[in-house]
Amino acid sequence: MAEIHLKALAHSYSDNPQSSADYAIHEMEHVWHQGGAYALLGPSGCGKSTLLNIISGLIKPSHGSVLFDGVEVNEVATQDRNIAQVFQFPVIYDSMTVYDNLAFPLRNMKVAKDKIDSKVKEVANTLDLTDILHRKASNLSADAKQKISMGRGLVRDDVSAILFDEPLTVIDPNLKWKLRRQLKQIHERYNITMVYVTHDQLEASTFADKIALMYQGKIVQFGTPRELFENPNHTFVGYFIGSPGMNFLSVEKQQTNSGTQFSFDGIALPLDNNQKAVLSNSSSSNLKVGIRPEFIQLSAAEHPDSLPCEVIHTEDLGTYKIVTVLMGQQELKIRLGEEQQPPTKTAYATFPSQWMKIYIDEYLVDNNSGDTGDE
Amino acid sequence: MNKVQNNKAWFLVLPVFLLVAFSAVIPLMTVVNYSVQDIFDQNNAYFVGLEWYQEVLSDPRLQDSLARQFLYSGTVLLIEVPLGICVALMMPTRGWTASLSLIVLALPLLIPWNVVGTIWQIFARSDIGLLGYVINGLGIDYNYTSNPVDAWITVLLMDVWHWTSLIALLCYSGLRAIPDAYYQAARIDRASSWAIFRFIQLPKLQGVLIIGVLLRFMDSFMIYTEPFVLTGGGPGNSTTFLSQTLTKMAIGQFDIGPAAAFSIIYFLIVLLVSWLFFTTITHLDKDKVKEQSHD
Repeated sequence: MAEIHLKALAHSYSDNPQSSADYAIHEMEHVWHQGGAYALLGPSGCGKSTLLNIISGLIKPSHGSVLFDGVEVNEVATQDRNIAQVFQFPVIYDSMTVYDNLAFPLRNMKVAKDKIDSKVKEVANTLDLTDILHRKASNLSADAKQKISMGRGLVRDDVSAILFDEPLTVIDPNLKWKLRRQLKQIHERYNITMVYVTHDQLEASTFADKIALMYQGKIVQFGTPRELFENPNHTFVGYFIGSPGMNFLSVEKQQTNSGTQFSFDGIALPLDNNQKAVLSNSSSSNLKVGIRPEFIQLSAAEHPDSLPCEVIHTEDLGTYKIVTVLMGQQELKIRLGEEQQPPTKTAYATFPSQWMKIYIDEYLVDNNSGDTGDE
Repeated sequence: MNKVQNNKAWFLVLPVFLLVAFSAVIPLMTVVNYSVQDIFDQNNAYFVGLEWYQEVLSDPRLQDSLARQFLYSGTVLLIEVPLGICVALMMPTRGWTASLSLIVLALPLLIPWNVVGTIWQIFARSDIGLLGYVINGLGIDYNYTSNPVDAWITVLLMDVWHWTSLIALLCYSGLRAIPDAYYQAARIDRASSWAIFRFIQLPKLQGVLIIGVLLRFMDSFMIYTEPFVLTGGGPGNSTTFLSQTLTKMAIGQFDIGPAAAFSIIYFLIVLLVSWLFFTTITHLDKDKVKEQSHD
């Protein structure tokens, strides 16, 4: 059992970090609760693998500490941390059979022979490896190898967390789905904390209960896939999550006859009074309004509050369509269901105010309270 | 699909064919030709079939040097391969020490064979050589020109000094090619250093070790220059290996027929043993699988 607490943790690969650019991980406070299924999502180079290696002890953090169940483990070696890690490329012991591979960690721990046997068979059964237990591990397919590397973590009773570092990178697309589901089942069965690093949002949201989204060495948002989708608290989250990402419009304050308006390219957005108040109270000039492509309504006929735009092109992706429209000088993506027929030339877009999110200096500002969003 | 037959294409392979013919096939066939004839002069050559082969195989002088040769190559492999692996494991992996050790290890490989022989011939002399003088100074009676055991040790030492680097460098490159994830996974699996060596490093070194073992076997089995310079094959015949025996027979005594027959046998032995090494090492894995699938 382990709750993993990252306390004031920061890491720099340079010996003498000067500026914030020298840090791979910026100072953070984070807790992975016992038994959770978490994803650590982010683009390449955002520091997610570094963070994972710090948890497993392969990298020693330069600042702050890692606590397992409240006990600092900074000085505890990887092998004594009760964690297992699955790497991007399957690591198997080539000269051994599948059975010996799975038994390897237990043999290293001098576990009794019959105990090893029952444990290996149990794990092989869970992972569908029983049929190939006595085959040489080196001749197997990538997904079987990856299951073996995972199995080496599962055979150990003392493992309380398994860390996955983009484990499905080398797996065929049609098997990815199967393996991901298997992972989920294992999680439910063994009650192990799992942290899953990936740059694929689909992978993250199918596997994890909660996603930590990393960007430039920081966890910018930690929440359920739904929270990340509906209330991205940083423009990067909005851009990174969703397909396509959130539309962002840089707005300026304008005084008109009908009161204060916030507009881009001379087009005033239909914001509600709360939103206007939030924007008015800000002294920053970096004001953005974000809206998901899913929430913009598009029609050929004009409605009250709808804004005119021009359809540039439509991509039909089978189950849905992505329409690119030009509004002012701004390109917007709009996602339509497959049954909806997109207008061809001039169209009218409606922006429901509850789905318009206000970003000041790239961070979400809550429409109602005026506070910044949850970290 | 209709393939167009164009026999002119054969002319394109002709240069390669000629090259291989002149460099390998024709010289080899010349030797085969000598080995089945008894030649007195240009006009008197008699076909003798396999007689020379029978004679050569029953010649005690050749049997002795063949036995010596196997003992020598075997010892060389048994010393150089484990030693080379050890050196490779201990070599620094980064920084200037890594470059330095690579250069130092490469040096012996750059020295011509007869120079190596000369170096050791002088180095091991008991009167003026540093090594020989020191050993004798320690109270150990050492003289490679009169004592066969000393001569053997010196020849072996010289070969180890000259060629262990090759194995070490090959293994070093093999070790560098192992991704870090393997070591990290092994740490997580709580593997001991021995287990890391046995189950990660050694299997990953298999490829380079095949090359290393084959090269060292072939080279040591054909050794000529170094012992020739160092001991001249002596004392007695104690360090006379196959190629030296062969040279004596072919050039010293001008016994072209038996020498040719022996060359063919010699060639076949090298080929056979190399093949054995290669198939044994490459099939090592597969055999294990078979064994287990039978239980």
